[in-house]
Amino acid sequence: MAYPKTLGESLRAHGVSRRGFLKFCAATASMMALPPTMTSAIAAALEQARRPSVIWLSFQECTGCTESLTRSHSPTVEDLILDVISLDYHHTLQAASGEAAEHAREEAMRENFGHYLVVVDGSLPGPDANPGYSTIAGISNYQMLMETLEGAAAVVAVGTCAAFGGLPKADPNPTGAVAVQALAGDKPVINVPGCPPVPMVITGVLAQYLTFGKLPEMDRYNRPLAFFGQSIHDRCYRRPFYDKGLFAQTFDDEGARAGWCLYRLGCKGPSTYNACATMRWNAGTSWPVEAGHPCLGCSEPKFWDAGGFYDALSVPPGNTGGTLLAAGVSGAIIGGAAAALAKRRQKGDEAQRQPVKIDELEQKL
Amino acid sequence: MIDPMDFLLWTKGPMFDWAIAIFALGMMARLVEIFMLGRKPNYAEPRGSEWGPGFRTILTRSVADAGTFQRAPFNVVIGMIWHIGFFIALLLFIPHIELIYSVLGIRWPGLPNPAVDAVTAITILAMIGALIHRLRNPVMRHISTFEDYLVWTVTFLPLMTGYIAYHRLIDPYPLALGLHILAAEIFLIVLPFTKLTHIFTVFIARWYNGAIFGRKGVAS
Amino acid sequence: MTALPGIPVFVQPGCGPGEWGNALPVLHEIRHALARLAESGESRVIDLNAMPFGPGDEERLLALLGQGEIEARLNALGVTEIRETAVPGVWLVDHRNAEGERLVLHIEINTVPDILRTQAPDLRDAVATLDARLAAGTSEFPPRPDS
Repeated sequence: MAYPKTLGESLRAHGVSRRGFLKFCAATASMMALPPTMTSAIAAALEQARRPSVIWLSFQECTGCTESLTRSHSPTVEDLILDVISLDYHHTLQAASGEAAEHAREEAMRENFGHYLVVVDGSLPGPDANPGYSTIAGISNYQMLMETLEGAAAVVAVGTCAAFGGLPKADPNPTGAVAVQALAGDKPVINVPGCPPVPMVITGVLAQYLTFGKLPEMDRYNRPLAFFGQSIHDRCYRRPFYDKGLFAQTFDDEGARAGWCLYRLGCKGPSTYNACATMRWNAGTSWPVEAGHPCLGCSEPKFWDAGGFYDALSVPPGNTGGTLLAAGVSGAIIGGAAAALAKRRQKGDEAQRQPVKIDELEQKL
Repeated sequence: MIDPMDFLLWTKGPMFDWAIAIFALGMMARLVEIFMLGRKPNYAEPRGSEWGPGFRTILTRSVADAGTFQRAPFNVVIGMIWHIGFFIALLLFIPHIELIYSVLGIRWPGLPNPAVDAVTAITILAMIGALIHRLRNPVMRHISTFEDYLVWTVTFLPLMTGYIAYHRLIDPYPLALGLHILAAEIFLIVLPFTKLTHIFTVFIARWYNGAIFGRKGVAS
Repeated sequence: MTALPGIPVFVQPGCGPGEWGNALPVLHEIRHALARLAESGESRVIDLNAMPFGPGDEERLLALLGQGEIEARLNALGVTEIRETAVPGVWLVDHRNAEGERLVLHIEINTVPDILRTQAPDLRDAVATLDARLAAGTSEFPPRPDS
């Protein structure tokens, strides 16, 4: 149920001072990867913003994205839930269960038809797959998604599973999993991939949508450019080592301890677009590369099937050595056969050769 | 619009297998054919050995003789520059070393990335110079065939796309990298069916030359 | 594969002037902003959340900036610590939430941080606020001995 008050009114009613509101806006600007000069614009926008209803659907997921969200510090998830959005349905975070929970969802949809935000985490079996792989409250994920999408203003697909299919969709995709955007039709979709996404990116995207009421600028995969516009490689603090050609060869060797580039250990940073290198994890504590582990490329489509996590980006995922050997042997056989045929024909020609003497030639001519 | 990630995974996956297969099959067929057809038996009595001079000639012919250099200095110099540059970019760049290690199981130390980058830039310029020379020099223009321009193109493209990918001049990166890998695959596929086989046959030819002279007892 | 306790730990000694890592570009940005502030009064805020800092970069940066004369605390939605650095015009504004976790660390190049100033909407209601306190009871205003 959306509250009729604006966010500004609601915050003041909660006893938040002007300075406190500015602090909240400064933190929100930082979270949305906007420059600090935007704080006043955000303050003005949030003053007028209304609290929309948010319905969170969880499908074939590991709950890591919700875990990530609840680790978000800025603002705290409680702030986000209570003051900015009205989270009317969420399996893990809601108190209700069973019929009461489904009733809450249906009521929220009815009351806010056309205006509520749908957040999805987890992929779902597609319309052609066996719906029994994932059901909630007795109906298939697909049916629940289609029902809920009818009156949605926009869809936010949180996590690589919802955005691209993720782990369920990895080879051989036994459940027939598909990404949310494959089913959303012409509903606006914002993809927030990552396995899980950086916590502050989730709340940053939600805050951005709720502050400005429109979709952010997005790349070809419908990911907000503010967080997914730069590659890890371009913002990595170890980049100077890549540029100098100083690489760690194995885990815990001299180069690894000196903090050198992890390209040879399989870092997918160059082809991965995410905010890990700048926003980092656990409120800016660290991130995989800083901890010495190569980037998995977890915010990119098909990253589970994109080659070994510990194979360098230039290494093909298949068994190329075997192909080379097999093709080489076949080539040798073919070449040998061709040469043998040529030799036999040559021998045959020699056997049939009819020597000619000069006298015979002169007689002919 | 093609999904860049799908494109990259296709070039690294099935397309790479195809390219390697065609390359290996074609090249092995040619080489086995060459060796099996062999040479005509030479019934003259040998005056010297074949093997020493054969191998020595492989090395000595790497330097152009004085006459060739006088007649075509540009070709010799530019040719040397871009060939050496090509080998450095291909064999001493760490991501390539990782690739070769994953396929063949052997690896060696590489050069720092900026060094390879500079060499690549020089190689690209040298290749462009070579093409311009081929187009403008009347003799070269006259004797050049479609195959000459084809092999120039399939050799130039991996260098150019590699440079572009390294400097991330095309967005997003998976597209840039995919184009480079595809260019290299085209090179591999075209190789066994064109004069690019000289990569392997030049050494065989040099050996034969040295062997012939050596058998005759002539210094080569 | 060595067991975890078997992996030796090496503590990195303090770095010399040449090892600023990624703190150096931020220092340059501060320098430019400071020059602009001195010349035209234009202020600037730098958000450190978005910097690709490596381990220790932030500490090095803050150590270089040093400690100034002023320390202030803002109590709103948690504590915000504002302190002047040893460089005049360069302030650190450290916003924390109610649990003490950092929300954002700003470096503000200004004569005084904007959040310290009295805010315009509050000033508009200031007289009304004072009147309300007067009306609430004289216990709020103990009479001065010489009034």
